[in-house]
Amino acid sequence: MKTLVWVEHDGQVVKDATLSAVTAASKLGEVHLLVAGQGVDAVAVAAAKIAGVGKVHVADDAAFAHALAENVAPLIVELMGHHDAFVAPSTTHGKNIAPRVAALLDVMQISDILSVESDDTFTRPIYAGNAIATVQSSDAKKVITVRGTAFEKAATEGGSGEIEAVASTGDKGLSTFAGAEIAKNERPELTSAKVIVSGGRALASSDQFHALIDPLADKLGAGVGASRAAVDAGYAPNDYQVGQTGKIVAPEVYVAVGISGAIQHLAGMKDSKTIIAINKDEDAPIFQVADIGLVGDLFKIVPELTEKL
Amino acid sequence: MKVLVPVKRVLDYNVKPRVKADGTGVDLANVKMSMNPFDEIAVEEAIRLKDKGVTEIVVVSIGEQKSQETLRTALAMGADRAILVLSETKVEPLGVAKILAKIVEEEQPDLVILGKQAIDDDNNQTGQMLAGLLNWGQGTFASKVEIADGSVHVTREVDGGAETDTLKLPAIITTDLRLNEPRYASLPNIMKAKSKPMATKAPADFGVDVTPRLTTLKVVEPAKRSAGIKVADVDELVGKLKTMGVAK
Repeated sequence: MKTLVWVEHDGQVVKDATLSAVTAASKLGEVHLLVAGQGVDAVAVAAAKIAGVGKVHVADDAAFAHALAENVAPLIVELMGHHDAFVAPSTTHGKNIAPRVAALLDVMQISDILSVESDDTFTRPIYAGNAIATVQSSDAKKVITVRGTAFEKAATEGGSGEIEAVASTGDKGLSTFAGAEIAKNERPELTSAKVIVSGGRALASSDQFHALIDPLADKLGAGVGASRAAVDAGYAPNDYQVGQTGKIVAPEVYVAVGISGAIQHLAGMKDSKTIIAINKDEDAPIFQVADIGLVGDLFKIVPELTEKL
Repeated sequence: MKVLVPVKRVLDYNVKPRVKADGTGVDLANVKMSMNPFDEIAVEEAIRLKDKGVTEIVVVSIGEQKSQETLRTALAMGADRAILVLSETKVEPLGVAKILAKIVEEEQPDLVILGKQAIDDDNNQTGQMLAGLLNWGQGTFASKVEIADGSVHVTREVDGGAETDTLKLPAIITTDLRLNEPRYASLPNIMKAKSKPMATKAPADFGVDVTPRLTTLKVVEPAKRSAGIKVADVDELVGKLKTMGVAK
């Protein structure tokens, strides 16, 4: 089976989520990549070094600069003429593009897979991860998105993919990119951080969220996350949200501060290796999944913890 | 301007799903069902756009007979009329998108607003698929929608922050959590909704084959985590972190 993996990048580097998608794709067969963007020579060279990749298709055109699904999907459909499966990471870009590709190919997409059981059979979470379904696809071609935390990342060195330019399918004139506000963040990305410190509604304000959570995260070299309640209340920006509809994370250590542990939040972090919970309510559901719990006032505990680390 | 809003009846957000003992799915017998929360946000957004040139809101649901309750809820919130596409068997996102594409042909809306995902199957596909079938622009995961002359500006929640795209109308929008806070229907509006028009159709009326492409072989509960230990104070926690090698 020949697979085509869509490479998520920022114009300079390949994003980690791509590497997990490559691992998933390699379980299906030969892995080819698609690097679409504008001025993406460096990305293509980096992509070709990913262990185990064959061809790296490169589409360099202004139409692909912002990964608009309206322009990228027809390009992928064109390439799917000689591939058997399309694989994308379950990132916001991946989730935006893949179903459009699936519809154009008349294929029912398999979203957010956790494992590859065979060429046509996969497991995936449903009901916020409260159930795991094994599904078998009868479509001739497969369209798949991959949950990054469920697959090891492919090595970024050792590959010798062959770079091949592909013709642009052009700008479809349906949409234009008007701007982005991407937070400048020195911290590790949530989806690849080894340690994450997350804050909940108990932080009670944006100021306190940053005053307590940020220094602790700095001490641990951690990424910063938040519960939906904290994001809804405006204590933390939306891209911090961990949960069913936010980011799915699985770090070595997840520190939940003032997070009660709603089902929707647990869905996003319960695959973390070690969960540490700090909460004043000893009956909070977060303690049912935590490996280490500390009951008490976070406004006292967190500063003390930060200082003693 | 006309807006089409598809809605889905799902297990209520607050109910903990239970996997059936025979492994065929999640038990939906005798549990509370509600409108998918993201779809409520979609209905709300359509209603709010009524101040900005929207004249008619048509809601549609594809599912079993009881989906009409979900449609009545949307009508009570402020939608104008409803279409129920009756199917006692489950229709996958691809089939749903194909039926919706036919309804779009008939109804000619300027905008279709959908929830970004249904909280049962968590697929996150239907809006993008519909946009692909119609060859329309798609503003997914919207946190802000502004109608302009012949186009719509959609601010989207993306990894790392927010992105704004401008789409030519007609277009597809899918809603994220923070787009708005849906209203509760008032009692008088619930009463009024009972007399709003609701048409009933079948997938075959649209000539759409909804045979599933995916077969669910089994559904199981995920591996459970068990509760660990409680530490007494910060010093003990610091000790644990050091043993784990997280802290020096």
